[in-house]
Amino acid sequence: MPESETFLTSRRDRNAVSLVCRSWYRAEAQTRRELFIGNCYAVSPRRAIDRFRCVRSLVLKGKPRFADFGLVPIGWGAHFSPWASAMAAGYSWLEKICLKRMSVTDDDLSLLALSFPFFKGLTLICCDGFSTAGLAVFAEKCRHLRLLDLIEDYFEEEEYEVVDWISKFPETTTSLETLGFDCLPSAVNFEALEALIARSPALRQLRVNHHVTVDQLRRLMVRAPQLTHLGTGSFRSPEEGEGMEHEAPLVSAFAASRSLVSLSGFREVASQFLPAIYPVCSNITFLNFSFAEITAEELKPVIRHCHNLQNFWVLDTVRDEGLQAVAATCKDLRELRVFPLDATEESEGFVSDVGLTAISEGCRKLQSILYFCQQMTNKAVLTMSKNCQELVVFRLCIMARHLPDHHTGEPMDEGFGAIVMNCKKLTRLAVSGLLTDKAFGYIGKYGKSIRTLSVAFAGNSDMGLRYVLEGCPKLQKLEIRDSPFGDPALLSGIHHYYNMRFLWMSSCKLSHRGCEDVAQRLPRLVVEVIRDRPEAEDEAVEKLYMYRSLVGRRNDAPPFVKIL
Amino acid sequence: MEEEFTRGEGRPRLLDLIPNGRDWGSYAAAEEKKLELRLGLPGGEDWSAGQEKREHPVESALSLDHISKVRKSTNVNASSGTKRGFLVQVEPKTEGILIDNMTFQQQQLQQQQLGFLQLQAKGKESLQKTSGSAEQQSLEGKGCGPHAAHASSTKNAAVAHTASQSRAAATPVVGWPPVRSFRMNLAGTAKASAESHNGSSEAAKKLENDRKSLFVKINMDGIPIGRKVDLKAYDSYDKLSLAVDELFRGLMAAQVDPLAPSILKNSEEKHVLIGLLDGSGEYTLVYEDDEGDRMLVGDVPWDMFVSMAKRLRVLKSSDLSASSLRAVGRKRTSNS
Repeated sequence: MPESETFLTSRRDRNAVSLVCRSWYRAEAQTRRELFIGNCYAVSPRRAIDRFRCVRSLVLKGKPRFADFGLVPIGWGAHFSPWASAMAAGYSWLEKICLKRMSVTDDDLSLLALSFPFFKGLTLICCDGFSTAGLAVFAEKCRHLRLLDLIEDYFEEEEYEVVDWISKFPETTTSLETLGFDCLPSAVNFEALEALIARSPALRQLRVNHHVTVDQLRRLMVRAPQLTHLGTGSFRSPEEGEGMEHEAPLVSAFAASRSLVSLSGFREVASQFLPAIYPVCSNITFLNFSFAEITAEELKPVIRHCHNLQNFWVLDTVRDEGLQAVAATCKDLRELRVFPLDATEESEGFVSDVGLTAISEGCRKLQSILYFCQQMTNKAVLTMSKNCQELVVFRLCIMARHLPDHHTGEPMDEGFGAIVMNCKKLTRLAVSGLLTDKAFGYIGKYGKSIRTLSVAFAGNSDMGLRYVLEGCPKLQKLEIRDSPFGDPALLSGIHHYYNMRFLWMSSCKLSHRGCEDVAQRLPRLVVEVIRDRPEAEDEAVEKLYMYRSLVGRRNDAPPFVKIL
Repeated sequence: MEEEFTRGEGRPRLLDLIPNGRDWGSYAAAEEKKLELRLGLPGGEDWSAGQEKREHPVESALSLDHISKVRKSTNVNASSGTKRGFLVQVEPKTEGILIDNMTFQQQQLQQQQLGFLQLQAKGKESLQKTSGSAEQQSLEGKGCGPHAAHASSTKNAAVAHTASQSRAAATPVVGWPPVRSFRMNLAGTAKASAESHNGSSEAAKKLENDRKSLFVKINMDGIPIGRKVDLKAYDSYDKLSLAVDELFRGLMAAQVDPLAPSILKNSEEKHVLIGLLDGSGEYTLVYEDDEGDRMLVGDVPWDMFVSMAKRLRVLKSSDLSASSLRAVGRKRTSNS
């Protein structure tokens, strides 16, 4: 058995194997190469490192997801430093790190680069705390770097603090395969970037930021015709209303990029340049237009070519009509994300139940959808539940709170009910619109595979939450905001909380007493009460974040966090 | 009953916030049909949306200053009323949605009030089912106050929505709709969207800084990574100098020996930054004021320094000269 263990890659399989007996536990621990820690506070760095001695790749996640929307105050935690120090001492073989929602300092980056001689890849997703200065040290010291991918990270530098980090990469041929910095707010030294690309023959993925103009992009593409993934930057020329001279060369550049399968960027897209991508459209499997303000008319000629598209992210400016065009062509579509141009409740809705229905009728293989809209009907959701049997992720965001069915005026209970009833493979669900406890009754009754549930402004009473906690055995991640669930509902989940990664509840009806009750009864659960206003000492709990942990309460909690 | 905002057209009352002097809490016990709350969508029997539409085709949403007027001048019947926040519903602009659908209106109002104000109306029923213990009741009752206060303070309670597409100028709720900050303000420049933080957390951070600490950046010659010091944490130049020494000691050791753990605590005292203030050491501490001029640290009284210093630098003493200091300052201001 131990020999074949090295071939087990799925962490769930490995977790199961490690429970069989001591020697299997040890064998598994020694052969696990990829360590996934879904909550950095569930285990201590020391403990993780002591058990898994040969880890080459680490995935570490920190803050709760609602931090992305400003619900977690600054300074809450998820500091990477203790992990960095512990690993610097314990792992020499570490090659890859992927961090999500962690606070990473420039010192941490420096430490990584200096401590791991074989380090190959760093991915930072929704992280904060570092700057171009840290990137500069990292680029300079990490001589064998293959991957540096910055995805939706937060930078706080003033302009005069920005460092030219691109120039710091080794001056010899590099091993770079992936370089992504599309979230970087500051411009990079373009000449240095071009030179870097030119001496990186292994480069396959390049995602530049919005400072890169379309002509600069062309120059980069010419240096790297072997690219498979391209983030196109601004996709406009710096001169307003001009740039025609760039069009033909751009088309040539795309025509020469025969390996492209993924396109993103288009941050300030000038539609005159869109035809340049036609040569690659039929090979594209991932197209991210979610920053491109284009109309249906501008989308149609592009999407018409995209027969092989599997993942499509788009802005709602394309309207229902644009989505109908997608449905007509993209028969292989697996994932659709429709983002709002104007993410406010008062915005004019550009897409609706019409677009959703069209997609469900055209894209039968759909597995994952994220859809922001201003109006929806139960019927459209029901139609999707019947047409798209492969759905694993269904996230519908009706932006106006408590909005009922647009046609019938009824709550959206039946629609979401149909989703959980008909989509047997569903593991992730986000609900919105006017919802009563009935919707939660459906979720509890039929949502037997659901692992992640997001709830906002929904439900009538404690029963809603109880249905879910009592009915969904696979539930691992539950995030709730602004819903009338109180202590009785919280207590009804006591039997299940050890099986969950976390529970988040904000602006609900919880009190200290209820939370303390839970904390007392479940000693391995860390129960955090987070206050927005330090002075407020009332009974009401503004924000509750609780999670299982092997190491008890953390020692880095800021003053506004009270651990019960 | 107040009759605010009668528009002189004999239209139904827009805002009857508190039904007939009844306590808000006991509103929960009121049956659906007895909705006396008429907020633009009176759930009463004597109103029809169609009629409303015909008579007042240019009905516009209630604006927020109407609301605030109501807040001040409304003679709140229930003493607890002010704390509850209130519900304002908007006239539907779209036709035909609510016509002849009384059940929906009543149901809708109920849903929204319950969901929105976080009252336990329906919840009370279910509570009675689960356990009608006094403890539960008191818990709920207790929950009412702080939660309502909370509700109003989180600005959620200001506006509810109907099926219409017209909306009052809703007080924005933090983090809703749930898009990451990169996707906010997309209608503006991409640069704006890329640089803007989540408004609330950024604002909160700034507030935090103003209140308790004053972090300024500090860079040292030869060390690429800058740090931050909290000037309010010290009360004299000597303490600041000591702190700066500690800050950079570890980093300097790491520069020399890359494999030494660069976490500062245990590094040997090889490089001690002494004489930062008097020019006697290898390095000197300077600061930049709000005009960008570079000055030697230590010339002015401490409190004045704290209010003036925007940035600190640790420069090699040999690089310092009176002219270089001023020149750098000029250059910076001319760029800004």
